[in-house]
Amino acid sequence: MEDFKVIDNYLMIRLPDEIDHHKSVDISAKADRYILSKKVGNVVFDFERTTFMDSSGIGIILGRYKKISCFGGKVYAINADNRIRRILLMSGLQNIVEIVKA
Amino acid sequence: MIEIIEKKDTERITNEMRIEFAAISDNESFARMAIAAFIAPLNPTLEELSDVKTAVSEAVTNAIIHGYENRSRLDDRVYMKCRLQGDVLEVEVADRGIGIDDIRMAMEPLYTSRPELERSGMGFAFMEAFMDNLEVQSEPDIGTSVKMYKKIGTSSWIDSEE
Repeated sequence: MEDFKVIDNYLMIRLPDEIDHHKSVDISAKADRYILSKKVGNVVFDFERTTFMDSSGIGIILGRYKKISCFGGKVYAINADNRIRRILLMSGLQNIVEIVKA
Repeated sequence: MIEIIEKKDTERITNEMRIEFAAISDNESFARMAIAAFIAPLNPTLEELSDVKTAVSEAVTNAIIHGYENRSRLDDRVYMKCRLQGDVLEVEVADRGIGIDDIRMAMEPLYTSRPELERSGMGFAFMEAFMDNLEVQSEPDIGTSVKMYKKIGTSSWIDSEE
């Protein structure tokens, strides 16, 4: 299961083991509830536990980016392994997401 | 004099499997597990396993949310056919859904017909990138078939460790 934590102005999302379309619907909806109710400006996606991600993960990140970037918010990806990083780069996400090296 | 020529018969089908499952999103992970189990005897590297799982996940997700318009009905079916010819895997993912009007446009990276579902438009691009070959056939109101091929066992363990 994914979990959510708000630290200062950052929403930390610890992503699940596998991210596909089935899981993404729920993660996006929960993230948006946090963004609205806690008024966080930035979102951090933590891939520490994630071993599988398909293009649905790109959708989650892009969708949250669109919601917060117009207010100057930033999106970060942390603890992404080579595989996840490759998928992020293939989709051109390095231009809008700061991929933090562990 | 007898000449013995060892010929590797690449045409011969060495294994085959078909599954049919309801077009509901819970089955995306089922399809990935099924394909992983099917190719396990070929001793794929972690990278190859991951490539195949990602491509199958994209194809099955497309069938569910585009072919069957994300309506989650149990009688909508996704058909997955897997075949091994030596070390070459062939996977076909087919649906009897709405079909694709313009396959070329659908395959364009970042294009999605369902932006409201937060689709990234990268599905076909990932299938192309992670598999060796991709064939898409579609007929409006009849359905779509995606065939993908990949040779398993081409990259060594050391290479894939990076």
